[in-house]
Amino acid sequence: MTLLEARGVTKRFAGIVALDDVDLACDEREIVGLIGPNGAGKTTLFNCLTGVLRPDAGRVLFEGKDLGALAVHRRARLGIARTFQRMELFAGMTVRDHLLVADRAHRRAGGLPSDLVLRGRIHPSERDRVDRVLAQLGLLDDGDRPVDALSLGTGRLVELGRALITEPRLVFLDEPFSGLDRIETDEVVATLQAAHAERDVAIVLVEHDVTAVQHLCERVVVLDYGRVIASGPTDTVLEDPAVRRAYLGVTE
Amino acid sequence: MSAPLLELAGVHAGYGPFKAVVDVDLTVPAGGAVALLGPNGAGKTTVARVVSGLVRPTAGTVAFDGEVISGLPAHEIARRGVAHAPEGRSVFATLSVEENLALPLRQAHGTARAAELTDQAYAMFPRLGERRAQLAGSLSGGEQRQLSLARVLVDPPRLLVVDELSLGLAPVIIGEVYQRLAEIRRLGTALLLVEQYVEHALGIAESIVVLRAGEVAYAGAPLPTDELSQLFLAAG
Amino acid sequence: MPDVVEYAIRGVPMGCVFALVAIGIVLTYKTSGVLNLAFGAQAYVSAALYYTLRDPDRFGWPMVPAVVVSVLIAAPALGWFLDRALYRHLRTAPPVAKLVVSLGLLVAIPQIVNLDFLLGSQAKLAPPGVASEDPIYVAGINTSANEIVTVVVAVLSVLGLGLLFRRTNLGLQMRAVVESPRMTQLAGVNADRVGSFAWMLSSLFAGLAGVLVAPLFAQLTDLDFFGLLIAALAAAVFARLVSIPMAFAGGIALGVGQALAAGVLPADNVLSTGFRSVLPFAVLFGLLLFWPGLRDHAGGGDPLAGVDPPPPSPGGFVRPRWMTVLNRSLAGAGLVVFVVATLAVFDEFWLRVITQGIILSLIFLSVTVVVGLAGQISLCQAAFAAVGAFATAQLVDKTGMSVLVAMVVGAAVAAALGALIALPALRLSGIYLALATLAFAVMFENVLVPLEAVSGPTRQLKVPRPLLAGIDFANNRAFLLLCTALLALVAGIVLLIRNGTTGRALTAMRSSELGVASLGLSTGRLKVIAFAVSAAIAGFGGGLMATFERQMGRQVYQANFTFFVGLVWVVLVITLGARTVPGAVTGGLSFVLFRQILEKVLGVSATLAGSVSFILFGLGALTYAKHPEGIVEAQTQRFVRLVSRRRAHPPDDAPTAVDPVAPAEARP
Repeated sequence: MTLLEARGVTKRFAGIVALDDVDLACDEREIVGLIGPNGAGKTTLFNCLTGVLRPDAGRVLFEGKDLGALAVHRRARLGIARTFQRMELFAGMTVRDHLLVADRAHRRAGGLPSDLVLRGRIHPSERDRVDRVLAQLGLLDDGDRPVDALSLGTGRLVELGRALITEPRLVFLDEPFSGLDRIETDEVVATLQAAHAERDVAIVLVEHDVTAVQHLCERVVVLDYGRVIASGPTDTVLEDPAVRRAYLGVTE
Repeated sequence: MSAPLLELAGVHAGYGPFKAVVDVDLTVPAGGAVALLGPNGAGKTTVARVVSGLVRPTAGTVAFDGEVISGLPAHEIARRGVAHAPEGRSVFATLSVEENLALPLRQAHGTARAAELTDQAYAMFPRLGERRAQLAGSLSGGEQRQLSLARVLVDPPRLLVVDELSLGLAPVIIGEVYQRLAEIRRLGTALLLVEQYVEHALGIAESIVVLRAGEVAYAGAPLPTDELSQLFLAAG
Repeated sequence: MPDVVEYAIRGVPMGCVFALVAIGIVLTYKTSGVLNLAFGAQAYVSAALYYTLRDPDRFGWPMVPAVVVSVLIAAPALGWFLDRALYRHLRTAPPVAKLVVSLGLLVAIPQIVNLDFLLGSQAKLAPPGVASEDPIYVAGINTSANEIVTVVVAVLSVLGLGLLFRRTNLGLQMRAVVESPRMTQLAGVNADRVGSFAWMLSSLFAGLAGVLVAPLFAQLTDLDFFGLLIAALAAAVFARLVSIPMAFAGGIALGVGQALAAGVLPADNVLSTGFRSVLPFAVLFGLLLFWPGLRDHAGGGDPLAGVDPPPPSPGGFVRPRWMTVLNRSLAGAGLVVFVVATLAVFDEFWLRVITQGIILSLIFLSVTVVVGLAGQISLCQAAFAAVGAFATAQLVDKTGMSVLVAMVVGAAVAAALGALIALPALRLSGIYLALATLAFAVMFENVLVPLEAVSGPTRQLKVPRPLLAGIDFANNRAFLLLCTALLALVAGIVLLIRNGTTGRALTAMRSSELGVASLGLSTGRLKVIAFAVSAAIAGFGGGLMATFERQMGRQVYQANFTFFVGLVWVVLVITLGARTVPGAVTGGLSFVLFRQILEKVLGVSATLAGSVSFILFGLGALTYAKHPEGIVEAQTQRFVRLVSRRRAHPPDDAPTAVDPVAPAEARP
């Protein structure tokens, strides 16, 4: 059953076509990889799908409904979560607080009255939910540290946890492995697989690290110059001469 | 082999906690051509920026012509003869073609000589001459590359660092641009070519350095493309 | 309608002056990303210097050398100094940090100029213009040589600037720096030096404007230059902070509009007399709300923007438990000492001073909410406080309501206004929101305060002290204790909000609006909440101030709530620590105590004490770029680290502040 469907998404910046008639679909619980060389338009596509940018043409359907001009936070409430390539963590807050903010936002819990009456107390059930996600991502030991003191890899996991605790139907991961070394990447890949295995969530991920994509994705879509040049099962697509050309610039 | 013109020793660099480049050694001999290859996000662009002084290394040194240049401001390094064509758009979009040429040339040679050199550039690239009054931002990607190359062709630097030269260019134009690079080389300029697309770079470079996740994965003689794609795509 | 044309033409000289400053604002914003609010103050520096040099009682110089020194030498030198000493080091700081620094300068510079041993603070009479101000008629229009010179100089300056940009190498380099300082450096050009030149040039324009405009005022005072700044800001915003020709056109249009308003509208009601002075603020406010494309230009197009290291981030610090315990014990002990001192030690004078300080501390907690928690720079907190005070006074006067109830209602009225002001926040953020609040603050003072509906009758309204549970707080000692209790109450509320869901969401929004939105939270709603809560606190504090003064009216307003005082408040709280209760309390107490200690204990003259404290508060803002968390908080963190190290904890216990933003290789 198709969860997300983008049809003919086109985006121009000052005359340059960043996305040209791009189609992308993702089924429930599927993990789709979005790959392509530098400047191919991957992050632009993410921004169009999550509502940060408005596409100039094309439609984005989620669970069959047209998302139209819905703002970022409204799409989030429908169950679309994301992480960021340039991380958007909350400076000065602990890891646990990141998840708590996300959890309460998702449940629409809390607010001024309860702040003043309940004195901001954390309910045991909240603590359980937060700790469950932290445990799954291997972040329990870092729970009370401010995110500012974390390594890049841990920071990326915090973003992932913040997204997952909102119980999304679909998560966009924007280069979750960029800036990580091989060992860190392998760890995050394993964590991601485990987290996906026990949730009803689909993932679309942009990534350069082809190894990681091979491990994670059944299906990939390749963007080049804002166009889809290949899509299909991961192994087939990676053997595709057009894709190798796009990656290596080989023209034989 | 002659004494190295450029020598990076144990260079680390990054942005905040993000470590883009770890312990990179790299040398470019005078008049030589080295290709710096690697998949996207491997740290190639950061190495180029460290060379031109846009990014200061957190550890290690960069020496140019026997003198340590790491820590100097970028304009100081440029004046010593290091030209850097950055990745992506490398022209001033809001300046005209003529002004794009004049800015560095006047700085280096004064107004009168700059005008002569600009005319030489137009002779070399008639298309630029036709569009001299046009804003550089309105040129096509290929023309913009021509513009940044025209400047180094008429006033060859001692070292040219080109980042992702072929990005966004049609294959025909890539070939053309590489011919020009070969010309610059004959004029005595050493080249450091940062490339994700390897084919053309391999045609001109006599040695290559492959980065993966910020570290040097291979340094030495050029490899055939299938071995390179192993290095790029396969598990490291 | 020949009259209309004549009125319009009369506005041109003033418009030219607006245009000169507006061009300076655009020029520095383009080349350095600083929206320099201090240009108004810099214009005042040149004007004051010029008239001191001309003044027969002081130097008595002729016109030409006085212009050369004040405009051609002093103004660029000041610009050069500000760039080298401050702004250059702020290159990678967020725009709001740059704005706060320029705000501090705006507060401090005029006070420095006014120091007696510099240019003197005594009121200066209408100073002589650059040329004769005798009326002459040109083509039937009443003007003066000075006005003609103003227009000619302004037009020549703009043309000269155009030539500089288009025809000279330096102009070329400046345009290159505007697009990308880093790429300019790659061309071998020293971008810093070009940036310095841009600062000198724009400061020269500000100085020129200052000297040209001064004869148009009755007296040379720094506040008039504030109006000049607002008008120039409106013109600069009209130009979307990028277009010099549009800034010029905007300045002229404003000058003409003002003259038309003065000439054509009837002069017999508050609305139309207020209209003339308020036009620039109204235009600025309106432009900020409705002018399309403001935000598109905010990012700029530097392809090498990702090269610079990230700015220092606030926070990144978690208090160890012992620190919280220590803090609470200290606060408790301090409170006991304070109560004893209140009851036994303070005389009536110090009682009054400290009560003021406590009430201000309460009001400053409103800054803690909007600036500290939500990260929005609001420059109209004094207006919120004044609304609370006016509402309290009028409710007590008209309905005979109990004063404490009236204060609560006043807080609610202020909260409603705060929410209304925050509506633009749905569209604006960062420096534009700050400008909108500034425009509102000045508009409030010039248009709303004179209205009877807002401020009540011209006489001062009596506001009694509260009577609660049989205690009459007319007793000053009892009243101080009441204020302290209310401060503790509000501080408690602020802490509850900070540690609750709302505070966490606001703190999150402060560092990443996108991150918060991606969780399904509406950032617009959060901003409205922050403004409403903040305005409520300020309004409540305003009401408290009214009952403290036992009266409220325009005089009390002038003494306590002017927009300029409001600027100093915000600067002071940001400097000391916008996120913490100690920051606000230190701010409130030092605002009144500092001056009194200088005056009563050290024997400094009253004016000098006032100036010195404002200068220090203003210059304090310069530390903001380095310590966005505030001086008090920075010292606390240093102390904690020191103690932690002494206790030989594992390094994990000494958190380091590292920015989480980690740009990867720049991508298109």
